[in-house]
Amino acid sequence: MFEFYGTPVASRLLLGTAQYPSPAILADAVRASGTGIVTVSLRRESAAERGGQDFWALIKALGVRVLPNTAGCHSVREAVTTAHMAREVFGTPWIKLEVIGEQDTLQPDVFGLVEAARILSDDGFEVFPYTTEDLVVAERLIEAGCKVLMPWGAPIGSGRGLNNAYGLRTLRAHFPDIPLVIDAGIGLPSHAAEAMELGYDAILLNTAVAKAGDPVMMARAFAGAIEAGRLGFEADPIEARDMAAPSTPLMGKAFL
Amino acid sequence: MKIILNGNPHETQAPTLDAVLVELDFADAVVATAVNGTFVNAAERAETRLADGDQVEILAPMQGG
Repeated sequence: MFEFYGTPVASRLLLGTAQYPSPAILADAVRASGTGIVTVSLRRESAAERGGQDFWALIKALGVRVLPNTAGCHSVREAVTTAHMAREVFGTPWIKLEVIGEQDTLQPDVFGLVEAARILSDDGFEVFPYTTEDLVVAERLIEAGCKVLMPWGAPIGSGRGLNNAYGLRTLRAHFPDIPLVIDAGIGLPSHAAEAMELGYDAILLNTAVAKAGDPVMMARAFAGAIEAGRLGFEADPIEARDMAAPSTPLMGKAFL
Repeated sequence: MKIILNGNPHETQAPTLDAVLVELDFADAVVATAVNGTFVNAAERAETRLADGDQVEILAPMQGG
């Protein structure tokens, strides 16, 4: 078991709550995934529909911890204000900090991200920054007070997997004691397993599960892949080599 | 008085942010509020007076990734 800001985390799968075909399928997928942490957001509430109240009741009934996000924020001010609103509504100092810098790739504005992370950390927030695999940005985020890093695998919702496995491996090697979570871009269970085999601590998923033909089955598939990948990492895998090495002993082979 | 409520024009007689929430039947709802881009926590709503043209945001939990 590992920790986020001193809180023990049992499941290495974090699940987003958006884009499911129905609230019932969302609830079933959360249960099937075995996750203990789901991401949530804040949006304008309609006086007529009051959809936010129903959604919050559903999440509370699932008995999972929430990680609110600042999704859609493009400025430091917007992200910081959203974080304050989320802390009051959800009653948690945790915040998944997103400061988006580019509309096509939804990649983080890492300059704004570091600034917002510093402001929020100084104000008592426990920041989970959505970042890139850039080592220097990671250093700055840690200096700003972050005790978790969440680098992307690929652009949000793209399903491309790990675009830069080398960079992610390097990040892991540089920060062996910081919990690292792959956030975004995962499409297949094998992508998640690959990240776990690199030694990542957890995977945050949404689209790959929610938009699958069968989200509940896909949630189970990811849970299995993430566990398998983690076991593979802990079991200390062999080094790859270029040439064959016979596995069957040659000693005692008959002369025929 | 006309305010901008969640991006739409809204006519109200409520003098404070707290009163707007009551008017909209949000008094017991789980919401967070901001006025003119600044967060207003629940304890401050009763003393937050509104003026014509103020931009009021009322946010609630929503699905997120």
